[in-house]
Amino acid sequence: MSYTGRFRVWRGHAGGGALADFEVEVNEGEVVLDVIHRLQATQAPDLAVRWNCKAGKCGSCSAEINGQPRLLCMTRMSVFTPDEVVTVTPMRTFPVIRDLVTDVSYNYAKAREIPSFTPPIDLAPGEFRMSQADVQRSQEFRKCIECFLCQDTCHVVRDHEENKAVFAGPRFLMRVAELEMHPLDVSDRVAGVQDQHGLGRCNITKCCTEVCPEGIKITDNALIPMKERVADQRYDPLVWLGRTISRRPR
Amino acid sequence: MTTTARGVDARGRAQVGARNLRTDRWWLPPAATTVGLLIFLVYGGARAFQQQYFFADERYLTPFYSPCVSLGCASEPGSAHFGMFLPDHPLIPYAALSLPFLLGFRLTCYYYRKAYYRSFWLAPAACAVPEPHAAYTGETRFPLILQNSHRYFFYVAVIVSLVNTYDAIVAFRHPTDGFVVGVGNLVLLVNVALLWCYTVSCHSCRHVMGGRLTHFSKHPVRYWLWTKISALNTRHMLFAWITLGTLILTDLYVMLVARGTITDLRLIG
Repeated sequence: MSYTGRFRVWRGHAGGGALADFEVEVNEGEVVLDVIHRLQATQAPDLAVRWNCKAGKCGSCSAEINGQPRLLCMTRMSVFTPDEVVTVTPMRTFPVIRDLVTDVSYNYAKAREIPSFTPPIDLAPGEFRMSQADVQRSQEFRKCIECFLCQDTCHVVRDHEENKAVFAGPRFLMRVAELEMHPLDVSDRVAGVQDQHGLGRCNITKCCTEVCPEGIKITDNALIPMKERVADQRYDPLVWLGRTISRRPR
Repeated sequence: MTTTARGVDARGRAQVGARNLRTDRWWLPPAATTVGLLIFLVYGGARAFQQQYFFADERYLTPFYSPCVSLGCASEPGSAHFGMFLPDHPLIPYAALSLPFLLGFRLTCYYYRKAYYRSFWLAPAACAVPEPHAAYTGETRFPLILQNSHRYFFYVAVIVSLVNTYDAIVAFRHPTDGFVVGVGNLVLLVNVALLWCYTVSCHSCRHVMGGRLTHFSKHPVRYWLWTKISALNTRHMLFAWITLGTLILTDLYVMLVARGTITDLRLIG
């Protein structure tokens, strides 16, 4: 079934812009990215959109559709009624470059602030041996495609630009969790996740989990476990006492 | 930065002209949460201070009065299983030993935090819906930094769950009729089973049981416990809401039997 769909697409740049109205053909089985490409081909050849795999694996085509952070390539047109106006804007947490393309360099800056994987110094490459049970938790976080939709929807930075300096965002707090839970990582990341990466600002409202296209349970499996580890180290005198008596570092 | 240039309107971001473009009924979940939590708070508050109709058929003790440790519990012989030592005062609930901790357990619970941050504090009310606050520091300062005490409330909640379990078991014994089973017994049992589900599915419990370990393979028992609690933990929100409902229904049942409004149906004995 084909129909003429009504779209509102944000056009502009950092200096200003507006939602532009379009009427465009929509065919059965298409996703929003297909329609955006048809717009480029037929009505707006200079419309800027970032995309690559069209399979929900590269994380390039992140945008907001009817106000919700989503991948353009994974949002089926069948979820909308034919008479519904579909509004597409760039991610609204990051500076816009042009049309649907944003500058996501904040995320790369935050990624660089996290100390990399730190194996024991007496263990050479090739000697790493791990049990599957030990690495399983971290492997869930490796599914991340770095679409940055979780970063986009997180109100800590979305609604408070000033927090960008002190808050890494759910994607990178999850990265710290991944390393902290790694059986061969010997770096203590608990103090850093609270002090440098701003875990205390997360109020676990789970929007990051809701928008994750990979279905990673970011809040339950990464952020809350890290909050509990921070509580172990900072706010639990019993754990402190137990570790002091037994002289166990972790 | 001016007030109008906050959040999604900050300089450099796409100037869309609308703070929120969501077309679905995003306001419904926080509104429903507000109503649900208020109903429980009003009902629970009223019942905790009513100091009447908390013990029925000489064996059913409502969870809102467990453990009954006030001198006022003497008005219902058999209701105080652990002694009476708190003064009988209208502002001191008969279960003043447990209720503050149970309230603290739910207030600092990771699920309820999400629920009331969204519904009462609107931070945020829904995903990608701007929050109304000019500044935000999350749980980094007093009083919200106290949320880190959740595990201590969990420890107390385990003890209170044991007390509730004891109440449900001793309710099978009637002072004069001996072993009996009534509908009230089933109500208390279902309630306490669900309370256990909520308590042990807690994120702090998951952490204490094994989540804090880095090498699961060296601790197979704790790993097994962690996997079971993790499975329950995925339904923590469900148990959080179900137990609010079962607490009210259990208390209502005991109250109605105690008032003589309804009669407890005896199944055995």
